[in-house]
Amino acid sequence: MTLLLTRPGDRRTSAAPPAWWRGRSAQGWLYAAPAAAVVGALFLAPLVLVAWMSLNRWPLLGPAALNAPGNYLKISDNPLFLDSVLFTLKYTAITTVLLSGLALGLALLVQERRPGVGFFRTAFFLPGAVGFAAAALLFYGMLNNDFGPVDPILQALGITDEPVKWTGTPDMALFSTIALVLWRFAGFNMLILLTGLQAIPVEVYEAARSDGANRWQIFTKITLPLLRPTIALMLILSVTGSLLAFDQFFIFTNGGPDNSTVSMVMVIYRDAFFRFDLGGAAALSVVLLVALVALNALQMRVLRRPE
Amino acid sequence: MRRSLAGAAMTVMLALTSAACGGAEEPVDGPVTISMWTRAATQAQSERLVKAYNSTHSNQVKLTVIPTDNYQPRIAAAAGAGQLPDVFASDVIFVPNYTSQGLFLDITDRIAALPYKDALAPSHMSLGTVDGRRYTLPHTLDLSVWFWNKDLYAKAGLDPEKGPATLKEFAEQATAVQEKLGGDGTVHGTFFGGNCGGCYVFTFWPSVWAAGGQVMDAGGTTSLNDRPAMTEVFEIYRDLYEKKVTGPTAKEEQGPTWTGFFPRGGIGVMPMPSTTLGQMPADMEIGVAPIAGPDGGESTFVGGDSVGVSSTTKHADAAWEFLAWTVSDEAQIEVMAKNKDVLARTDLAGNKYSAEDPRVVLINSLVAKGRTPYALRFGQTFNDPQGPWLRLAREAVFGDVSRLPQLNAEITKSLQQ
Repeated sequence: MTLLLTRPGDRRTSAAPPAWWRGRSAQGWLYAAPAAAVVGALFLAPLVLVAWMSLNRWPLLGPAALNAPGNYLKISDNPLFLDSVLFTLKYTAITTVLLSGLALGLALLVQERRPGVGFFRTAFFLPGAVGFAAAALLFYGMLNNDFGPVDPILQALGITDEPVKWTGTPDMALFSTIALVLWRFAGFNMLILLTGLQAIPVEVYEAARSDGANRWQIFTKITLPLLRPTIALMLILSVTGSLLAFDQFFIFTNGGPDNSTVSMVMVIYRDAFFRFDLGGAAALSVVLLVALVALNALQMRVLRRPE
Repeated sequence: MRRSLAGAAMTVMLALTSAACGGAEEPVDGPVTISMWTRAATQAQSERLVKAYNSTHSNQVKLTVIPTDNYQPRIAAAAGAGQLPDVFASDVIFVPNYTSQGLFLDITDRIAALPYKDALAPSHMSLGTVDGRRYTLPHTLDLSVWFWNKDLYAKAGLDPEKGPATLKEFAEQATAVQEKLGGDGTVHGTFFGGNCGGCYVFTFWPSVWAAGGQVMDAGGTTSLNDRPAMTEVFEIYRDLYEKKVTGPTAKEEQGPTWTGFFPRGGIGVMPMPSTTLGQMPADMEIGVAPIAGPDGGESTFVGGDSVGVSSTTKHADAAWEFLAWTVSDEAQIEVMAKNKDVLARTDLAGNKYSAEDPRVVLINSLVAKGRTPYALRFGQTFNDPQGPWLRLAREAVFGDVSRLPQLNAEITKSLQQ
């Protein structure tokens, strides 16, 4: 390269890139610059702003005033947030287990190509095409005791005698919300698992079968281990999504009854937009972010493919 | 990357600081279009006013209606981003908080120049006044009153022309309707929004005031909702719920649909917003009575919206021109009174339209007897579904009454934040 560059009369010398360009690292940075600019503007800058807000008393209008670490210290004095942490963890655990099980079941059902399987794949995935807020509103309408169609249908079929209070008790409100989330997300998670399932070479199954493995052995010894990275991805998405739950509770249960379904993000939203405590809400957001990053790191470590 | 980050942060900061120092008038030639926001609860009145104004003025108003439950967050987000409209209406009880946050422009001198300044609805005006400075005008008035269904009363053997004069009579009449007509589950004695903080204050508190009681101290910093004047009212409603006189979903009603039951003809008697009178089915015979205390008296919650010019507007003169018109004789009589709405001015109560309907006359007369409670932290304490008031009200009506003193202390704590 050096020889080429110093050879007199070579046309390429005049067109040669300047020295700074030749470094691999500089080129890499330049190629990454557009993406980095987007990440910087849409992710890092808001993040820095939130962190800065969390250190200030931040009014809707007018200048902010530094009050660190006041916004963080008062979190322990916020019983609604502490309750919401426990509730969100409970919701995350139940949702993740049920959603993963259901998605895996659906994926195994429609895994093989056979007549009509396209119809079922589409049918299972279709709820995922509905906006989540719209889905929550749909359930609100369907399960509403006053004008929803579900109660009259159940009563006409003789399954229930009187309207079911779908969001009337804490347990029912949680159950109904989980039903909504399963309906909305099972198909999407099925799709993730399906890509993993189809990436497993057919030869591996054939080899297992010729070795005399039964269906259960194939599932536990071949399918599950080879699906591990895909399951890890699904679990991380599910856990993160559940910990950030908002739409379903905000629209469907409104946190009720009696604050029994208030998620962490709902508390942040309330502090920011009902109590106008932007600094306090930013502090809660930072705490949630740190917890999420830590949890995701832990998940990655546990679920990483064994070397 | 560092530059883009700095640029983005700069943009955000600029947006915030420009919001902080807005309010400067931009010179304009010719007509301007100002933006206005209102909440869905008082959409009909705002739309009528804007339509009438736009058809007779060169300046135009572009109205945006926002779902009631999302109105507060939308205002907060818009204020934080320096994106407030030129004019915005607000539930009157949130006005003190918005004013303290600096969201409204000071219009004291402009109001003082109005010839009818002393006739503007007093409760709305007082909540829009801070340290002698005025920030808002009354926009719509929405009073809580009892509606009774004369048809159901006749069928239940009650006198269809005689509504309840006390809360105890209210309970008796509701119970009579339930017992006589409630057999098939389509008719109920009464209804209320049992999972809706705003519904409780709007419909239960007037019974406390009518009996001479108080729900808060004058400064809006100490809750008195565990006192007998309040708990007696809770007990009467609790009794109605336990006897299944209320619709079966009263306990779950979050607010959006609580006024939807009465027009369908299945409720005997219930507290309702006066603004819904003009929207009732034409063939429905409805009686209107003031809300009373357990043993008599009468009062009302003077709710509704106030409207102000946002502190960040660039069209303060055009915005004021519209606002001043909305409380003029023309707008009040030909737009508001013509549609049976309560007027924002007390000097026009005896107008030609209101006189046609004694129920409207009654509602207008209640403006002077009713109250609009003042508290800086009203929304987060009483309206917020996660606020402490809804917990107290629900325990009082459906749950453990012994928790009231503790929950009342939490309301006080929230009011003092």
